[in-house]
Amino acid sequence: MPELLAAIRPDSVNLPLMIHVLGAMLLVGTLLAVTLVTVLGWRSPESAPGLSRYALKTLVLGVLPAYILMRIGAQWTEVEQDYPDDFEPGWLGIGYITADIGALLILISLILGAIGLRKLRAGGTGGVRFARIVGVICIVLLAAYIVAVWAMTAKPT
Amino acid sequence: MYGLAVDLYDWLLFLHVISAFIAVGALTALWGLILATRGATPLLDERSAMTYGRTAGILVGVGMMGAIIFGIWLAIDVDAYQLWDGWILASLVLWAIGGWAGGKAGRAFESDPVAGREAGIRFQTINSVAVLLILILMIWKPGA
Repeated sequence: MPELLAAIRPDSVNLPLMIHVLGAMLLVGTLLAVTLVTVLGWRSPESAPGLSRYALKTLVLGVLPAYILMRIGAQWTEVEQDYPDDFEPGWLGIGYITADIGALLILISLILGAIGLRKLRAGGTGGVRFARIVGVICIVLLAAYIVAVWAMTAKPT
Repeated sequence: MYGLAVDLYDWLLFLHVISAFIAVGALTALWGLILATRGATPLLDERSAMTYGRTAGILVGVGMMGAIIFGIWLAIDVDAYQLWDGWILASLVLWAIGGWAGGKAGRAFESDPVAGREAGIRFQTINSVAVLLILILMIWKPGA
């Protein structure tokens, strides 16, 4: 029954679903960008300050708006699907868990990122350390969202 | 407690969608690179930008290949869809246009990141629009 309910999709769901999926794809893309520059920064420390600035700016201007788009789309989709009150499948639970933990980790990253950017602007190397921590958090988030994509698509029972 | 039972269709759908995520994600990362390398004082040095661009470019290719392989497999596996359905045919055409434009963008940036930048951005835009239209077709499935 839960699989059948999830498979039935009224037309009104398409727009919110599009926003949800597009937001999730942009979120993965911006996290990928932060991950790429973090790894590049480890491999070439002389480029680390510029790469760190890029990583931290991407976090603020890319990851955060993409997360908000994804989350608004998710909530809107669920409203339009109009599931019964007792509809609590595992895949939806995994989606909520990864989204909520993701929100917390993004918030922590934003705080660390703000401190890191301030240190980089002041000319210190401490900002690079903050950017690396943010990079590691983004790698963890990327892995979590791959699990979320699996849950949302395969809808395990 | 949740079980984790999934069948072939579920796995194919996951692999199709995760491939699309890799393609769109890497395209997004490339747009980030384009923004980060503009102006007189770019955020990224040339060597880092080239490595970043090559890695993201490869990921776009891997994602697009995965999306088409598992997408065609899905269309064959699922009785409700046929490869000659209008929305699937349109997606295949858009995929070909996107793949062509993506290849041209990569070559333009690779050959000369400065002189080839304008052409690279033009082809990257064509690729991104094609992928966005495919996403719209995949969700609305007109005529299905």
